Amino acid sequence: MKSILILLGVLVTHLAVAGSQVHEKVLDNGLKVLMKPDHRAPIVTSQVWYKVGSSYEHGGLTGISHVLEHMMFKGSERLAPGEFSRIIAENGGDENAFTGRDYTAYFQTLAKDRLEIAFELEAERMRNLTLPKEEFLKELEVVKEERRLRTEDDPESLTFEQFNATAYEASPYRIPIIGWADDLEHLQVGDLRAWYRRWYAPNNATLVVVGDLEPETVFLLAEKHFGPLKSEQVLPPKPRGEPAQRGEKRIRVKAPAKEPYLILGYKATALGHGGEPWEPYALEMLASVLDGGSSARFSRELVRGTRVAASASADYGLFTRLPAMFLIDGTPARGHTLEALERAFRAQVERVRREPVTASELERIRTQVVAHRIYKQDSVFYKAMRLGLLESVGLGWPLLEQYIEHLRRVTPEQIRAVARKYLVEDKLTVALLEPQPMDGKQPRSNAAGGHSHAH
Amino acid sequence: MRTDKIRIFSIACALLGFAVASAAEAGPRIETWETTKGARVLFVAAPDLPILDVRLVFDAGSARDGKHSGLASLTANMLTQGAGEWDANTVAERIESVGAEFSAGAARDMATLSLRTLTERSVLDKVLKTLAKSLSEPRFAETDFERVRENRLVALRQDEQDPGTVGSKAIYRRVFGTHPYAADPAGTLETISTLKREDLVEFHRRYYVAGNAVVAIVGALSREQAENLAERLTAGLDTGEPPPELPPVPKLSDPILERLDFPSTQTHVFAGQPGMRRLDPDYFPLYVGNHILGGSGLVSLLMDEVREKRGLSYSVYSYFLPLSERGPFLAGLQTKNDQAAAAREVLMNTVRRFQEKGPTEDELAAAVKHITGGFPLRIASNAKIVSYLAVIGFYGLPLDYLDRFGERVSQVRAEQIRDAFNRRVHPDRFATVIVGPRKDWAPDAGE
Repeated sequence: MKSILILLGVLVTHLAVAGSQVHEKVLDNGLKVLMKPDHRAPIVTSQVWYKVGSSYEHGGLTGISHVLEHMMFKGSERLAPGEFSRIIAENGGDENAFTGRDYTAYFQTLAKDRLEIAFELEAERMRNLTLPKEEFLKELEVVKEERRLRTEDDPESLTFEQFNATAYEASPYRIPIIGWADDLEHLQVGDLRAWYRRWYAPNNATLVVVGDLEPETVFLLAEKHFGPLKSEQVLPPKPRGEPAQRGEKRIRVKAPAKEPYLILGYKATALGHGGEPWEPYALEMLASVLDGGSSARFSRELVRGTRVAASASADYGLFTRLPAMFLIDGTPARGHTLEALERAFRAQVERVRREPVTASELERIRTQVVAHRIYKQDSVFYKAMRLGLLESVGLGWPLLEQYIEHLRRVTPEQIRAVARKYLVEDKLTVALLEPQPMDGKQPRSNAAGGHSHAH
Repeated sequence: MRTDKIRIFSIACALLGFAVASAAEAGPRIETWETTKGARVLFVAAPDLPILDVRLVFDAGSARDGKHSGLASLTANMLTQGAGEWDANTVAERIESVGAEFSAGAARDMATLSLRTLTERSVLDKVLKTLAKSLSEPRFAETDFERVRENRLVALRQDEQDPGTVGSKAIYRRVFGTHPYAADPAGTLETISTLKREDLVEFHRRYYVAGNAVVAIVGALSREQAENLAERLTAGLDTGEPPPELPPVPKLSDPILERLDFPSTQTHVFAGQPGMRRLDPDYFPLYVGNHILGGSGLVSLLMDEVREKRGLSYSVYSYFLPLSERGPFLAGLQTKNDQAAAAREVLMNTVRRFQEKGPTEDELAAAVKHITGGFPLRIASNAKIVSYLAVIGFYGLPLDYLDRFGERVSQVRAEQIRDAFNRRVHPDRFATVIVGPRKDWAPDAGE
């Protein structure tokens, strides 16, 4: 225990230096502005996070948040299609955007004297997007190509998409972020106009700035460019709570592939969604017990020990708007079947339900969590990302200052308790990828097995 | 696990990686020296965060595989799997119990060991001992080797189910022919199956020597601490010497078209030829020119023609990957099967037009602003700086490379780009690889 205490002592001192305060200001129109100074390099990152993503969507309109993200580069009242990107490029900026289940975010990273350019452009497209039909029709084709690239032609992605849609009944987390192919096929530019009006407003957004500037400067610039924008009446999304699952679900997914793949997902809770407040933290620590690096149980016991897995991972997302799953996935090693891998995963789950994790495992994980947090201080982008994410999922950025402490306080008994409560068969969905022949010809006799490997 | 983020465009210019720029700004202050055993060290002090990043690079990439494709990569991977009296579990535990991260792998030119750790003294001591021993006394235990080999075979089969990876491996084979760069660093099912433990031991003995090593260090250390660290890491290595230079990459004399049947909804197109060396006299004109053609994400000419104007592909790019010898110049896209021929034509026409006419003055001015204005971003983290140090050290770039990059970019003239592309890029002799279902192959396509 001694080394961890020394380590934490070091950590606190240095975080006080490197991790300076977050400053917050809410403009009259409801835009929340967060600024965290970081003077290590003469750069600044600016991110606009909208509270809308695939979990806000409904049947027939899936994928619309992501298509709208693409269209945000396609012209506004004062900017021609593509001009946004050209201006940022000419100013030496990096830019991009991403859509998740709970958010759509846009960012620019620039030399610190160029921040105002990003503000001017982002403020313009927050309220004045034009959504020209001919641009929409072209961009929709680009998004369909993106879906083919990321999902249709990737057997593991395809399996995950089907798995997700099987596991969730009512929760909008069943919706693929990129949207169902047929919904994309029938999307209209009018749908996008309505979606844009409904969600893109200063009072539904967070502006996050991290970099080599002072908060007062940033707040003044934000007021100048975003202050004049009108707010909108934004109705919060309906809860769409997931009904209790009544028994294990299983699917088999057939796709051209060479190697099988397995996913297990247990419905779990999320921060602010029932259960004891420590439960999500205990689930996060549980994921690290199983898969927190190459010394964790999956690597040690399934990859190096019994060698049933070629790869194996466990994942739980701590920062989500709605309850999500505790996920396990992997590929069997040569000579092992999907069934053998599934048995091994279930035995690992059984063990965490039965025995408390050891003190040394927990100490290692706590140390990793703390170290990882310090490593992330190396990137202004990541710092801004964390703030934007916490705001967008409704947890609030101050949690960033506290969650490490919550993780550190998790006990072996709490980890066993969440395993017993959530990692149960009735909450489980299993998906198996059964590789089909790549040449479309001969059927495979034992597609799910490992015996079919060519040598 | 799955990421829930979707990026709006793939940044092809990231492949260029090491291009950094500014006319006005200086890079980080680099200190350099040699260890007692003869390894070259590059160090940048970064006192703001209690972090240390180390990259140890060796001229021990897959270009040194010989007949055993995948040897360099498996050798590097095995360095984390046990050393001296420690088995794989012990090494993992020693690293992770103090929150450190350690990995090793090989690309075509380089084998790289990467370490990130906190700088607290007891932590550092344990981590450095582990890294030094992993480097100088790797076990290459037979049972661990068999496991790593078997799992590599699984990964290679997973590669075969991805049309992009299948095409990417094929275009390297076509562009490089019999040159060592033709082979994929991961090896093949056949070569990996026949490798023996002794091959790895011998490869390690030959190439993991101080005279063949560069140590890049960025972190909250004094110069004295950094010297100490570099000594400790290389003390167990033989002095040795670097391997002989690689053979030059031959030119392509005739166009080659390879079609690969694949059950995908998209057809992947790859086209290219041998490109440039890391120390190429045409480096700056080719780099800036390609930035305009296909290296600047959403604002490149290829992106404009293929995606913005026609909606034909999500990602479209061109890049030079400069290596010790001439690395590839590649362009590519993916599109739904029935429009593959049309998309390929737009791609090739755009490359041809640029190769003949070069950029306009406006295009050049915009590119120079983009590259030089972005200079501070590219050296804004310890992680980025340590990657640059490794490249500068490995390829023998001058220490003021970062300081002068912007100036060199700014000096490039449109005529130089046109001239360099004209002399060096030959679209009529490109190798082309097309991956997609046979039923959608264009009827006029030759084999």
